[in-house]
Amino acid sequence: MSLSPEQIRQVAKLARLELNPSLTDAYAGQISNILELVGQLSAAKTEGVGPMAHPLDMTQRLRPDEVSQPDQREAFQAIAPAVQDGLYLVPKVIE
Amino acid sequence: MHTLSIKQLGEALRARKFSSRELTQHYLKRIEAFDPQLNSYITVTADLALAAADAADARLARGEGGPLTGIPLGQKDIFCTTGVRTSCASRMLDKFVSPYDATIVKKLQAEAGMPMLGKLNMDEFAMGSSNETSWYGPVKNPWDVTRVPGGSSGGSVAAVAAGLAPVATATDTGGSIRQPAALTNLTGIKPTYGRVSRFGMIAFASSLDQAGVVARSAEDAAQVLQAMSGFDPLDSTSLDRPVDDLVAPLGRSIQGLRVGLPKEYFAEGLDAGVRACIDGAIAELKKLGATFTEVSLPNSPLSVPTYYVVAPAEASSNLARFDGVRYGHRAEGVTALEDLYSRSRAEGFGPEVQRRIMIGTYVLSHGYYDAYYLQAQKVRRLIYDDFRRVFEQVDVILGPTATDVAFKLGSKTDDPVSMYLNDIYTIAANLAGIPAMSLPCGFKDGLPVGLQLMGNFFDEAKLLNVAHQYQQVTGWHQQSPKGFE
Repeated sequence: MSLSPEQIRQVAKLARLELNPSLTDAYAGQISNILELVGQLSAAKTEGVGPMAHPLDMTQRLRPDEVSQPDQREAFQAIAPAVQDGLYLVPKVIE
Repeated sequence: MHTLSIKQLGEALRARKFSSRELTQHYLKRIEAFDPQLNSYITVTADLALAAADAADARLARGEGGPLTGIPLGQKDIFCTTGVRTSCASRMLDKFVSPYDATIVKKLQAEAGMPMLGKLNMDEFAMGSSNETSWYGPVKNPWDVTRVPGGSSGGSVAAVAAGLAPVATATDTGGSIRQPAALTNLTGIKPTYGRVSRFGMIAFASSLDQAGVVARSAEDAAQVLQAMSGFDPLDSTSLDRPVDDLVAPLGRSIQGLRVGLPKEYFAEGLDAGVRACIDGAIAELKKLGATFTEVSLPNSPLSVPTYYVVAPAEASSNLARFDGVRYGHRAEGVTALEDLYSRSRAEGFGPEVQRRIMIGTYVLSHGYYDAYYLQAQKVRRLIYDDFRRVFEQVDVILGPTATDVAFKLGSKTDDPVSMYLNDIYTIAANLAGIPAMSLPCGFKDGLPVGLQLMGNFFDEAKLLNVAHQYQQVTGWHQQSPKGFE
């Protein structure tokens, strides 16, 4: 399985990564090699095998629906790159 | 002082032979003198370390504290620490100061009373096997500074091996504790998945990530792992079961121990010099009464391909949180929201992290999910079933940790696949979730060789017991690199 530079551009777009055009070919080559390695999986006989998402086949633990954490809004706002009046700032999205 | 074991340090501190402040200062001086050669620390926290040492001395003077109180440690820079930058060795988090502490930081520092010397270098977001993907530059192996220390916990092992910390925390997603421990003559243990809390440990691949410790002996590792382990309601995958005593059983005889040798771990690809060291260890363990049988883990050759679907898939999802809005690096001068995400991420993440995010995005994308991700999850179960079957016959599985000794810096950086194959013997334990460790078992051309032990679920105490018994009759783990005396 090999990926074309066009496919790399599409994957980078989906992953929200601005692609440096000079690196597109290098990424295409490296990622194709990795997918070739991964391609060995297709030969494995897995009929009737249940997928394993997690080592201990755990189920999500539930806790009582009670307030357990203090409000840390200010601490979280303090580490944001741009905030104003308690809100996160982003470039304008609606004209 | 830096050659004493954790137990000896604890006894000396309680007997007031020296104070925690003196011990901590000793390590801070060594870091200043030796770390410029190694680059093992990203951040040294001298003032905080001395303040914590004073607090530990006060506890000890009141007759309080436990076996670790006053003994300093290094923290891998993947664990969140309030008031101190947590970078994960990424430009993305170069200025990030966490608003909370990881659970293991609370346990080891606030509760056990260990002063933190600083935050240790690593591969960026723990993605790497050589510690060359760090935004802060590569870490050098103290046994030969032209070689890699292994990764991703390269800073943790370089610091402990060179005596720049008595012990260090580390994490292991596909071998990131065991492979670097092997390459630097240390004892490193990755416990059962869920044994140590992941709260405050920056996520890479959540179903594989597990924290552990690198130390100079199994006994040192046992004491620190004991203090780190345990149920944590803040981690939804934390194991809700009591932690065994890891220290008391160290002295047990291993007479009658049943050891499995997986034939796939001794096949083509294993260096002959490494093989000779492993054979030597087998002979020593036989003298201690262990019995050996050949076993088979037939699906283990598929563990690397399985990992390079599962881990990038989980990483691409986990790292989606870095958006330049709430924390972390934000690109300047961007006028559209979409560009803010993609430019901040392109500037903040290094090439290996970007590669893995792209692989993960691809294998999870429409039309490829079944062929890659679902198939990998099925093969993961086959790998897990192999272990379950083998552990019906044997108590522990033994093999090499890595195919060869430490390689030269820069020798594999252009070839991701050859870098990934470093973890061929370590990845299966993460996929299955079982505990595994590496311990020193000899040298090839003056470079350390690691022996890997894998155990059944929850059998950390047994692994440490076997390792400790081996270390009672061998001296490999007592060897230190030249030039760091």
